[in-house]
Amino acid sequence: MRTLYQFHGGIHPPTNKTQSNATPIAGAALPSRLVIPLHQHVGNSARPVVEAGQHVLKGQVIGMAEGHLSSAVHASTSGTIAAIDEQLVAHPSGIPDLCITLIPDGQDEWIARESCEDWTTLSHSELRHKLRAAGVVGLGGAVFPSDMKLYSHKQKIKTLVLNGAECEPYITCDDLLMRERAADILQGAEMMRALLYAEEVLIGIEDNKPEAIAAMRAAVAAGGHQKMDVIAVPTIYPGGGAKQLIRVLTGIEVAAGVRSTNMGVQCFNVGTAYSAWRAIRFGEPLISRIVTITGNVAHPQNFEALIGTPMNELVAQSEQLAGTTNYIMGGPMMGVPMPSKEVGVIKATNCIIASSDAIFPKALTALPCIRCTRCADVCPSELQPQELYWFSKAKNLDKAEDYHLFDCIECGACSYVCPSNIPLVQYYRFAKSEIWARDAGKKAADAARERHEFRESRIEREKREKAEKLAAKEKAAQEAKAVQPAIAPVKPDADPENTLQLKIQTAIDHAKEQAAAIKPKNTEQLTPEQQAQIDDIEARRARIRELAKDATPT
Amino acid sequence: MSGFFSPFITKPVSVSRIMLNVLLALVPGIALYVWFYGPAILISLTLASITALGVEALMLKIQNKPVAFFLKDNTALLTAWLLALSIPPLAPWWLVVVGTAFAISISKHLYGGLGNNPFNPAMIGYAVLIISFPVHMTHWLTPNGLGEIAFSFTDQLNYIFREVLPGDVKLDAVTMATPLDTLKTQLHLNGSISDILDMPIYGHLAGIGSEWVAAGFLLGGLYLLAQRIISWHLPVAYLGTLFFIAALFHLVDPTHYVQPGFHLFSGAAMLGAFFILTDPVTSPTTPRGKIFFAMGAALLTYLIRTFGGFPDGMAFATLLMNICVPLIDAWTQPKVFGKKEKQS
Repeated sequence: MRTLYQFHGGIHPPTNKTQSNATPIAGAALPSRLVIPLHQHVGNSARPVVEAGQHVLKGQVIGMAEGHLSSAVHASTSGTIAAIDEQLVAHPSGIPDLCITLIPDGQDEWIARESCEDWTTLSHSELRHKLRAAGVVGLGGAVFPSDMKLYSHKQKIKTLVLNGAECEPYITCDDLLMRERAADILQGAEMMRALLYAEEVLIGIEDNKPEAIAAMRAAVAAGGHQKMDVIAVPTIYPGGGAKQLIRVLTGIEVAAGVRSTNMGVQCFNVGTAYSAWRAIRFGEPLISRIVTITGNVAHPQNFEALIGTPMNELVAQSEQLAGTTNYIMGGPMMGVPMPSKEVGVIKATNCIIASSDAIFPKALTALPCIRCTRCADVCPSELQPQELYWFSKAKNLDKAEDYHLFDCIECGACSYVCPSNIPLVQYYRFAKSEIWARDAGKKAADAARERHEFRESRIEREKREKAEKLAAKEKAAQEAKAVQPAIAPVKPDADPENTLQLKIQTAIDHAKEQAAAIKPKNTEQLTPEQQAQIDDIEARRARIRELAKDATPT
Repeated sequence: MSGFFSPFITKPVSVSRIMLNVLLALVPGIALYVWFYGPAILISLTLASITALGVEALMLKIQNKPVAFFLKDNTALLTAWLLALSIPPLAPWWLVVVGTAFAISISKHLYGGLGNNPFNPAMIGYAVLIISFPVHMTHWLTPNGLGEIAFSFTDQLNYIFREVLPGDVKLDAVTMATPLDTLKTQLHLNGSISDILDMPIYGHLAGIGSEWVAAGFLLGGLYLLAQRIISWHLPVAYLGTLFFIAALFHLVDPTHYVQPGFHLFSGAAMLGAFFILTDPVTSPTTPRGKIFFAMGAALLTYLIRTFGGFPDGMAFATLLMNICVPLIDAWTQPKVFGKKEKQS
């Protein structure tokens, strides 16, 4: 038996999973249209490479990965591009984003796919390139481009953690995927292990999913996978958060702002492993995913839904009931309300809950905080949520940062247990955005000040140079006058041209001295190699920043 | 802050429910109180409750806060009960009314109401009363069977509301100083601990009757622990420290320093450990902070009881430690996830 570790706190909300996990994954009907956002992943938005009116095939690239951190977007079925414009997307802000609208032609005709019998024949960079081109991103919710998480070198990463915990109530998409497609998930895991040079693969599944655990264990045995363990972990929210699962399985605590790979662990969602495998083995880009439809519907279940499927068309297949107010994407703890019921399913859509007043009653009026610290008792990041609340409420942002506001993973456990019904997480989101805004403002002000100072110094320098040039000229002229008679006896045939040359030479020397006096900045006059190095460092930094964000519980 | 955002579900707990549970946990102690001292305590509990609700409603109204919404949180009732249990039940009616009104209006609402008061309101009420009306505050009822004369419920009512005693009965005949107070006085008169404890007012561990009431509060406290309404840190650290200090003194000089068990079951130690120190608003929030806070309160309780001028030290110990709470909190911030000592 493997020793499991614990993380602090956690809660046991009603799981509400049995409604949707009793029926197998169903294929979803072809929708009337697909609205596919070009920005479904962390990083740069994909660049549209099709035109309105163009006919596309299923799996054809419609948005090209742009820049270092980005991912491709594909046509989920064959059909005609109706529009490329801004539409509402599956984001709570309700801010429209660039989308490609595709009207299916009903043929569902695939583009030529490049399958690969044996991925071990491919180089690591080829594999990563293929994953990027296939639009494979983290399906646990963070949607971070997977190729960027599969860089490593030997002896760096010991453990690959596969996250099948699925701790959020209501969601069962990973559960069903593991039950039905365990072998494919494990193939994907093998590939990831090779890319990361990881020794062992630990697959964490919460013990409220015995069928999935059994299916995965059977697949490990059947596939002859070595050093691959399917581990039942205790059901406790947010045990499926990457940091929490890594802690439970390995005992390692990955602090905020630290990459788990620096501590020898990398973590992927089981769905991501599955999609990565389909992409390499069968050349299928990420154009569909398993989505749990649950809540106020007659038949909650999981669908394999095309990316871009309007949510209401998908929910209709589970028979939406009267009283549905709106849709929540994700679970009840960390899910986000949708700005409209028609927004398209995206790669991050693991679950759609049709919400009603009965399922999620309106929040009660909050009482003042009575410092009972039930929030601190359940906080998996071991923060003092009550302190963060006071600081956030008072806009005491520095203090909030001192008390580790940015270690908060917004799991909502504190709000869940608060007897005063204070929407704590909302306060933390507010404080974080205030700090970001403040820092951005500070940056802009700094940049403006630098620009201003640079301009001032340039004007100053130019003035000085002019004056010095003038002085040099006069001095040279005077020297020439003074020198001439003295030299005259020695060099009677002194050419007036000599004086002129002397003047010019003096001026040039002065200018050189001037130039030397103004020290160049260390970022100027770089060799191309240096510039490349800097670019590389910047790219890595961007990746680290994104990875730090990539730790949201599933 | 309103709107629709995650988490969309909450645990069905409320401040009102928590406080109701704390009130319930006081019932065993109150029942034993009635058993040993007669029903006078019920009168003061009722008076305190009515006053607390009335003053709370008035203060809310003045501040334009929703009255019914806050009244049903049960916190005013709890303050009222804790104060009533801390003062002599056989006292003129206005004593408990003045104390409760002060506790609710000045020490709770003038500091911002629920959640914002730095000092335990019940203990402020007690402090005000013991300083302003020291004589009334020392007339404690004699346990049933110990008094020289029988003192009926009607007699108790007559005294509380009209300050009238039947016939030739003197107040001293039906009241006495607390066991803690008596101990202190007798020690001043050069009695030895063993002689003093032979007096009829002392029972197995501490005062006859009062030790059982303390046991009742202990029972209620264990219920709160079992219900996870309070954490173990405060009561264990408080009672443990009090026991340890008392044991130390007792071992050094058993004739002048009473057994540690006496301290635990005398005065407000049990009530304080489980119901007063544990007031979340006025105690530290961190686990380590709670322990330091309770240790400090225990030390002060012992010092005031043994060397100070007041019969019991619980109230002043609590208030003095309340002052330290912000500092304790700031100094005992726990390390967060992943930022503890270097991992191997």
